Amino acid sequence: MPKSSPSIDMTPMVDLAFLLVTFFMLSSSFRSDEAAVIDTPSSISDMIIPENVIMVSIDKDGRKFFGMSGKDEVKTRLLGSMAKKYNLKFTNEQVKEFVKMTNFGCDMKEMPAYLNLSSAERKNFKTTGIPADSVNNQLKDWIWYGNLEALSAGEEAFLEATDKGLEPEANDFKPKFILKVDGKAVYVRAKQVIDVFRDLNLNNLNFVTSLEHDPRKKE
Amino acid sequence: MAEIAESGGGGHDKGKKRAKKQSTKVDMTPMVDLAFLLLTFFVLTATFSKPKVMSLVYPAKPKITDPKINVEVNNAVTFLLAEDRIFYYEDAFYPEGNAKGKPATTLKEANFGGGEGSVRELLSKLNRFVLEKKVTLDADLTNKKIADTTYTRKIREAKSANEALKVLIKTDNDATCKNFIDLIDELKIADIGVIAPVDIMQSELDLIKAKTVK
Repeated sequence: MPKSSPSIDMTPMVDLAFLLVTFFMLSSSFRSDEAAVIDTPSSISDMIIPENVIMVSIDKDGRKFFGMSGKDEVKTRLLGSMAKKYNLKFTNEQVKEFVKMTNFGCDMKEMPAYLNLSSAERKNFKTTGIPADSVNNQLKDWIWYGNLEALSAGEEAFLEATDKGLEPEANDFKPKFILKVDGKAVYVRAKQVIDVFRDLNLNNLNFVTSLEHDPRKKE
Repeated sequence: MAEIAESGGGGHDKGKKRAKKQSTKVDMTPMVDLAFLLLTFFVLTATFSKPKVMSLVYPAKPKITDPKINVEVNNAVTFLLAEDRIFYYEDAFYPEGNAKGKPATTLKEANFGGGEGSVRELLSKLNRFVLEKKVTLDADLTNKKIADTTYTRKIREAKSANEALKVLIKTDNDATCKNFIDLIDELKIADIGVIAPVDIMQSELDLIKAKTVK
């Protein structure tokens, strides 16, 4: 008998390992780092969250957070408009930090200090969220300017797509409005946000939910 | 791969064909290590499902200049959400001693479940018109009697028909978002076309208070 080495053929195992690596790499999307933990209720709706969104989150204490998707320039312009309205100046570093954030929840006055913190420190930042009462409705301004910027960016993208000879659907380029509410939050708080949207005549809202089984469908 | 060093330097054994073949082997151990490291990383960090959204169209805010219209609601049910309980009444609200001489509205309680006295059971009874229509349309669709577009149009027509159930949702100050979303969910399951979240009236709040305070 030849002196066989104690090794075994690992080729199939390695093949499988790489297959799995490829699968997980392609299928996983990274969870973005959000300012608050929100435990959404479940529903039977199987509509996937759209790409182009303006999202208001409400955590279980009723604090409001604002976030939007879009390119860096869009967010930069949004912060510019808000800074002008609230007579604030931001340094280039602060603007860069703002663009990197997924969402945030603080008063406009706290914003410079908030942006100077690291993302880990921001989680412990004591804030009451974005004010949305009738006297000081900053959330309304965020949504209004966010919508304006998203619409103008969407228009550019639409024209670009038309130039390429595609037949784009104009609606796909408009921002969608998403409400991400914690199940434990009191509805009155969500209603404040809904009323802000309705004041701006944005009546088509979407609630983020996790999927549950539809009792109408058979197992 | 992962060959033990014993045969590692065997490539230089002179005159043996077997030895030459072995020399093409590369030690893949580090690569495999890396592959498994990556695999573990992706398995642990992967989030599979993208979050889902539930669409809800709110009625437009009436302008101050708009004339006030008193809407006669027929075939409606109003759900009242309290902290952890859900009440409902059918038709319009009639206060005690109203001009029309109808009996005063009393609240009935429902629950979120699938069984007796649940919202689902109630809605399937009240919205029978749409649900029965849907069953026949579903059958027509599977038998290819009607096209997809006709199906969606007819469903929409049925949902907005006069006989279809309309639902009003009112919440008191303690109602949670979970209950609200759960209720909307039940309405979608029961194919309710007209859903209107509206402000609660003081008289309704009083009724809830009478029910919840013992």
